[in-house]
Amino acid sequence: MADFLVWVVWFGAAFACLSSALAVVSFRNPFYSALALIGNLASLAVLFLLLSGEFVAAGQVLVYGGAVMVMFLFVIAYLGDRSDDSPWSGGPTWQIVGAVLAGGAILAEVVVVVGLEAGGFLGHARRVDRGFGSPEAIGRLFLTDHLLAFEVTSIVLLVAAVGGVVLGSHARTFETPGEHDARA
Amino acid sequence: MHGPDIRWYVILAALLFSTGALGVMLRRSPLVILLSVEIMLNSANLLLIAFSRLHGREDGQIFAISVMAVAASEVVVGLGLIVAMGRRGVELDVDKLRTLRG
Repeated sequence: MADFLVWVVWFGAAFACLSSALAVVSFRNPFYSALALIGNLASLAVLFLLLSGEFVAAGQVLVYGGAVMVMFLFVIAYLGDRSDDSPWSGGPTWQIVGAVLAGGAILAEVVVVVGLEAGGFLGHARRVDRGFGSPEAIGRLFLTDHLLAFEVTSIVLLVAAVGGVVLGSHARTFETPGEHDARA
Repeated sequence: MHGPDIRWYVILAALLFSTGALGVMLRRSPLVILLSVEIMLNSANLLLIAFSRLHGREDGQIFAISVMAVAASEVVVGLGLIVAMGRRGVELDVDKLRTLRG
């Protein structure tokens, strides 16, 4: 019974995941694309929970669904309505044909590898205890085995924050009054 | 592990990754391209967590959290560039930004 319920939840989450990903790619308005991506991230968090990654699922909802997507929505709202054409409108061009072929090639590659069982490595999952993926276990690993990754991640975030400030403040100095009038 | 085994997750991640790759190749707005890159990063995260569950070790989840941090940094820098472009009145279309083309 528990197995059946997990299958139902899995199919629901997987369907929501794929359909919202397709929606991100095909909506004309970037605002709707960003809203669809929030659904994609939420359904991925459900899949993470099924894989007993509780801490990662919580981080996914807080960091991605919260912080990153709010930033996206603010920027899209700041830039105003700049919808471009839907990629599916106006007949197939060589660009669309090439892109679909390349995407299909990636998909076929992975499916062939899985079909060949990847050398027998895709066996049965090991049994894990209740603490697997809990904040305690993740925090312990971060501060013992993966301390370097932890520190490097903090430096990456710091560099990105400095980069964001630099990019945001320089844009104003490029504009001289004459240039602005000429454009207006 | 109840429910679907690892192959289902691998196929789902492959479908998600190719959807994101299609978005990167097809769309012209840099905003939507960034959103599609997020889909690709998330499908990689799904694989990392699925394999960490398969092997019964949490190292994959540590890697997934690092990927999340890298994705957040990438969004900060990418959105900073897009806002700078928007302020200077450059049209947000990656096909028309060809100054760096040889």
